[in-house]
Amino acid sequence: MTVTEPQLAEHFGATIARGDRIEPRDWMPEAYRRTLIRQIAQHAHSEIIGMQPEGDWISRAPSLRRKAILLAKVQDEAGHGLYLYSACETLGTSRRELTDKLLSGKQKYSSIFNYPTPSYADVGTIGWLVDGAAICNQVPLCRTSFGPYGRAMIRICKEESFHQRQGYELLMTMMRGTDEQRAMVQESVDRFWWPALMMFGPPDGASPNTEQSMAWGIKRNTNDELRQKFVDMTVPQARALGVTLPDPQLRWNSERQAHDFGEPDWDEFWAVVNGAGPCNAERLAHRRKAHDDGAWVREAAVAFARLEEAL
Amino acid sequence: MISDDLLGSEAHWAFGTDFEDPLAGVDTTVPDDIDPAALARYCLMLGDDALVLSQRLSEWCSRAPDLEEDIALANIALDLLGEARLLLARAAVADPSVVPSLPDGSPVPAEDALAFFRSPAEFRNVTMTELPNGDFAETITRLLLFSVWRLAEFESLLTHPDAVLAAVAAKGRKELAYHRDFAARWFVTLARGTAESRRRVLTALAGLWAFWPELDAPADVEVVLDQVFAAADVSRPEVTPARGLGRECVHTEALTDLLAEMQSVARAHPRGLW
Ligand SMILES: [Fe+2]
Ligand SMILES: [Fe+2]
Repeated sequence: MTVTEPQLAEHFGATIARGDRIEPRDWMPEAYRRTLIRQIAQHAHSEIIGMQPEGDWISRAPSLRRKAILLAKVQDEAGHGLYLYSACETLGTSRRELTDKLLSGKQKYSSIFNYPTPSYADVGTIGWLVDGAAICNQVPLCRTSFGPYGRAMIRICKEESFHQRQGYELLMTMMRGTDEQRAMVQESVDRFWWPALMMFGPPDGASPNTEQSMAWGIKRNTNDELRQKFVDMTVPQARALGVTLPDPQLRWNSERQAHDFGEPDWDEFWAVVNGAGPCNAERLAHRRKAHDDGAWVREAAVAFARLEEAL
Repeated sequence: MISDDLLGSEAHWAFGTDFEDPLAGVDTTVPDDIDPAALARYCLMLGDDALVLSQRLSEWCSRAPDLEEDIALANIALDLLGEARLLLARAAVADPSVVPSLPDGSPVPAEDALAFFRSPAEFRNVTMTELPNGDFAETITRLLLFSVWRLAEFESLLTHPDAVLAAVAAKGRKELAYHRDFAARWFVTLARGTAESRRRVLTALAGLWAFWPELDAPADVEVVLDQVFAAADVSRPEVTPARGLGRECVHTEALTDLLAEMQSVARAHPRGLW
């Protein structure tokens, strides 16, 4: 007896409705597969491109302890990219194919990494705000409907939370240092606050795929819900740190039991998404150069593996 | 949940207290029969080798041929950085006069004063470690030569009368065995992979071989190296040795540039707290 597509779709829908995971061998709608590949690949690319803004400071970290923390963090991000590419490969694609799409600009990565990092305080701010925003986005994904993605996210979220603590601890330490260091922290927070809010994506009204992704259990909260959660979480942390956040409209709303806050500059957001951010070209060029420079090494590894097989 | 984590008192940092005091729990008194100045000088040699090569290896971060190598090279850089911290801290304890003096009230710990506030002419690393990375073949070849030698050096330190040095060696030898295996595997892979990779690895070896004598390796190390060369179908190059005087604090321009970059932020904030 053959199973018809409507029956498979019904089974798929029931699995999602029960809150169970879809596994790679299970039948899934083509659009679900395509959406997942796009989302996981974009996430993997973000981890890899995200190595650069902070990686730039490894050589200049001002203490050996900070150098070790930073190098380990950037290395973790490479590991995250690796797990996510593996999760994506279970959907019938390959790391190579995905890398080509990143390098040709066909697939995107998080726009936050197109902002420059001119100060060592940015290492702390990225840990606190950028890894922090990533955690808000990603914790719900630990329960995402696709098994390999959800499992990768559990592992990744644990490490992201270390990164966030380490970033915050760097800023806390700098705030106890010299006046100059305190000014560096404030200046860095001023630069990263709005781009961090943009990490949750466009407002719900301008996010057409959200509804379908939520129905599939690929997404668990809307962009605006997560952004609100992030703001509410971050404001007391900023106070404890002793920095201000650059938003005159930011205030507690006791009726809503949440913070009101201003609107990010969505024109800037779309400009950066579409390639006009301060570092888009530089980030891709860096990645492309590493890829091209390593081609002969990857070829050698393939040739040597073949040789060993023949023996 | 996350805000509680950040603001709470629970001190649950990644990598735990490893980053806090590298010598916590070890008896750091210098044994009576050891010359403290000689011990400090030796710790600086081994520590500077590790620090400088770690700095070079970390330059690969986000630039390696593939993600697996990116992660592995960062791992090796982290191991060497950890060894450097233990050794620099030991040098400072054995002979405080090696630590550069900083402005009164500077919060900079001794390991950082040594790493960030010495001039190139005070570093004792061998020349090989400071040379620019070159391509992946050069990086692998240097790592092979260096880790084969350093592993043997650490093994000879396991019974050293200084308990700290012996402890550093016991921890480091496992790391170095991994570095050597990683480098040897890639050395053979490149030597026998494609014509291009073989050409590059032979060029790398010819360039680096001049700096091998500076390590002054014992005979059993030469044997290990010959085994790797045999597996790679490579022979020892005929090269005139360079006059490597790194141990006497004589260095190339490459070290000046490396340190200028590495020390820039720390020196801009001599009273900074990091
Ligand atoms: Fe990550
Ligand atoms: Fe992270």
